Amino acid sequence: MSQIPSPVADAWTPAQIQAVIDAHRERPGAMLPTLHAIQDRFGFIPDEAVPMIAETLRHTRAEVHGIISFYHHFRTHPAGRSVIQICRAEACQSVGSRQLEAHAKASLGVDYHQTTPDHEFTLEPVYCLGNCACGPSIRVNDDVYGRMTPEQFDELTDELSATVVEVK
Amino acid sequence: MAITVYVPRDTTALALGADRVATRLQRGARARDVEINIVRNGSRGLFYLEPLIEVDTPDGRVAFGPVTPGDVEALLDAGLLEGRQDHPLALGLTEDIPYLKRQQRLTFSRIGITDPLSLEDYTALRGFEGLKKTLALDSQAVVDEVKTSGLRGRGGAAFPTGIKWQTVHDQAPGQKYVVCNADEGDSGTFADRLVMECDPYMLIEGMTIAGLAVGADQGYIYLRSEYPLAHAILDEAIERAVNAGYLGDNIQGSGRAFHLEVRLGAGAYICGEETSLLESLEGKRGLVRAKPPLPAIEGLFGRPTVVNNVLSLAAVPFIMDQGGQTYADYGLGRSRGTLAIQLAGNVKRGGLVELAFGTSLIELMEGFGGGTLSGRPLKAVQVGGPLGAYLPESQWDNPVDYEGFAAFGGVVGHGGVVMFDDTVDMGDQARFAMEFCSVESCGKCTPCRIGAVRGVEVIDRIRAGESFDKNLALLTDLCDTMVDGSLCAMGGMTPFPVQSVMQHFPDDLTPRQAVTAGGTTC
Repeated sequence: MSQIPSPVADAWTPAQIQAVIDAHRERPGAMLPTLHAIQDRFGFIPDEAVPMIAETLRHTRAEVHGIISFYHHFRTHPAGRSVIQICRAEACQSVGSRQLEAHAKASLGVDYHQTTPDHEFTLEPVYCLGNCACGPSIRVNDDVYGRMTPEQFDELTDELSATVVEVK
Repeated sequence: MAITVYVPRDTTALALGADRVATRLQRGARARDVEINIVRNGSRGLFYLEPLIEVDTPDGRVAFGPVTPGDVEALLDAGLLEGRQDHPLALGLTEDIPYLKRQQRLTFSRIGITDPLSLEDYTALRGFEGLKKTLALDSQAVVDEVKTSGLRGRGGAAFPTGIKWQTVHDQAPGQKYVVCNADEGDSGTFADRLVMECDPYMLIEGMTIAGLAVGADQGYIYLRSEYPLAHAILDEAIERAVNAGYLGDNIQGSGRAFHLEVRLGAGAYICGEETSLLESLEGKRGLVRAKPPLPAIEGLFGRPTVVNNVLSLAAVPFIMDQGGQTYADYGLGRSRGTLAIQLAGNVKRGGLVELAFGTSLIELMEGFGGGTLSGRPLKAVQVGGPLGAYLPESQWDNPVDYEGFAAFGGVVGHGGVVMFDDTVDMGDQARFAMEFCSVESCGKCTPCRIGAVRGVEVIDRIRAGESFDKNLALLTDLCDTMVDGSLCAMGGMTPFPVQSVMQHFPDDLTPRQAVTAGGTTC
């Protein structure tokens, strides 16, 4: 499979990362706001950011790595253009989320925590989106979709892929 | 004059196409040369009717729902803007919808009625009245009022809120904090989200009152990252409240200060546990702390801290406005006030039901919920989130209250009710409980960290028919070890759903049921 560079990950420079860290360094409990800010800006937390965060916030590199890896939300590699989260929790299970997740994996050809080779989609599990009366629920980037069926899932992913092509 | 039309903007309404409904309404009205004013209100919590649109009429607001974008043209043709009730989706006056009318909405009295970010709407419906009364009282009187209300923590542990406040109040003056636990991770729950998305000033007011009562000038809302819309709305609401003098250095000219900030979690269920939450707020891994010391004595950054759930804090403005006794007049036994029940999962009429404690589970699931969405027989119901037991039919007549539920091993928790029809494989559910714990355990204590992984393995062996009796005994023993030996409720309660399956649905664990055993990996 050819390695297409991810279009989502904005290029970053050490100076840019340092600027983001510096913007939050004085806040009490600055670590999570800093990590969020880096991921929001660059799409992921580059390995090179770890020593910079450690230095500025006076932690060891091991601690920073430990914090990043503890939280499911943080990623250390670029994601696809769209991050699709499928709710795996009980309320969605009761209305067919197990079938939906099997379908999504087969349809996209990836497992959880993986990105499609064309960098369109990253598939992630999520445990509850708070839409429990109208499941199965999925989240695509910041949008939640309810009562999702396998057919609607395919339509949605087709639409998302098509939009990107048009934009180009 | 422009006609006012309400189209909700909470996550569920949006997930079902509310934005597209609003766009079509605007376009349709323009084509008909009618001037309309679309208000993006919060949801009423009647999710089975979302998107639920309302039109202002001289008689009151009339409702239509559930409205898909494709219904809009036909609705406009049928006289929606004049409030005509000819279309099949017409529901009459919103306030008369039985699902809503039969509720006792004390905390959720404003949701869906107001534009969530409008301070005018909020103050027009008694918003900030509780705060005004608080500013006129000394701090002990505020704590006493909350004690009188009998309010207990709505996050799940049900600890008396007034006593927690008293402990923080009694600590020596100095930096103290109010932390709102908005890490609503339990499947089947969305009441916190509704507060934050549909009535955010109520939470801001409740936290400010808490700060004034205990002597804290800084508050944090620890919000889960799975709620991006709540995040945006809270940030905007805080900014507007600061500008209007309801937050900041000089609240309403009183000379007293309270500052508030939203902090985002990062996808860790365990951070709903209060000590793990505090670690996370401090910028660390969300490892559970041993108690004592209690957070009320040594909490955030080692300082005295009130940690309350969203719903506990959201109940406070009503209590301070109407009096603790008014709140305490609702309820049953030691469970005073109202509970936000959230009907979820395989349910025909899902949504938020706020009622005094004491309604039976079956009345909630049938009377309000209308049974299963699939129309098939109800088989099991999980109350209280992923750590709650699966309840069989024999337990559905029980009234919902803390002590009553505890008596038979049930958990009220945060009030989530997840219904399952008879197609559910309870073996799958037992396995998932252990699997979830293995994914979300903080890893600090062995029974939880290792026990959950071994739990999945043992259940797989049982379902594969491998040394069935021996492995069943092993699972029993493992559950006991986790219950007795875990540091917090995560490991300590994960066995509850598993044990309930072993006790009430043993057939689903037998090998002949195990054809599809295995679930999915994550």
